[in-house]
Amino acid sequence: MSELMDELVLDGNAAAGALAEIYGDDMTTVLAECASCGQVDPIGGLVAFVHAPGIVLRCTACATVVIRIVQTPKRTLVDVQGKRIPAPPTTT
Amino acid sequence: MPEKFVTRGFVGRREPAGTQTKRIPPGQHLVKDFPVLSAGPTPRTDLAKWTFRIEGLVKEPVSWGWNEFQKLPAQDFVKDISCVTKWTKLDTRWRGVSVDILLEQVELDRRAAFVTAFSDGGYTTNIPLPELVNGQAFVAYGYDGKPLAPEHGGPARLVVPHLYFWKSAKWVRGLRLMDRDVAGFWESLGYNNHGDPWKEERYTGD
Repeated sequence: MSELMDELVLDGNAAAGALAEIYGDDMTTVLAECASCGQVDPIGGLVAFVHAPGIVLRCTACATVVIRIVQTPKRTLVDVQGKRIPAPPTTT
Repeated sequence: MPEKFVTRGFVGRREPAGTQTKRIPPGQHLVKDFPVLSAGPTPRTDLAKWTFRIEGLVKEPVSWGWNEFQKLPAQDFVKDISCVTKWTKLDTRWRGVSVDILLEQVELDRRAAFVTAFSDGGYTTNIPLPELVNGQAFVAYGYDGKPLAPEHGGPARLVVPHLYFWKSAKWVRGLRLMDRDVAGFWESLGYNNHGDPWKEERYTGD
């Protein structure tokens, strides 16, 4: 996955604040399983793309989307595609 | 006694102050650089394997390889672009093929009303068909006189300059014609389905 190693990439800890806002708890140590390849990583270890209209957390092995987060001026939206991750509380 | 007739002084045709400002949609600021935004890793597609495909509600799908695509009639485009993250860049210079030219190569089903642009890496974005035709959109492979760089969507990028730039799908590989509107990658998570910068159509329901 050398193409992942460009300057736009961070790790899932970059989404720690946004996820804590949604879940009301620190999510970085929660394990996430890629729905595509089965790779398991803590959320904080996922590959994070933050220079985008939202935050996209991807599998470290195959780059499949695991979690997407969009923060609008009025709300925060999350989409969980990976397995094992608790369903987000209903956002307003 | 008649009023003295005085002609206005001729001051040349300098661009009046504020002309650029009038080209910047509400809530946007001007940039001189070209910010790179990306929702995923930059694909490095082998041009020998690259294709551009038009599929869905067409009589026969069509697909071009890279060399075939280069032989299609190309044009230069100079366009202002606006990203939903609030930057606007004026007079960006592209080279590519109008979507009108591409659609001439297929026979559209009468039900075709919406388009999903799809890209390497799985990105999608949805645009009503009428907003891609009549010179409004093109598939670009050149930028500023050079091949379009991978970080800006090369080898080829859909460019729909009158909508926020997330609609201008990087690494585009084709257009799917449909009879219904299917929300794309960002449109399915809070971003506006249409995305007109002049109406500040940034989000859904905000």
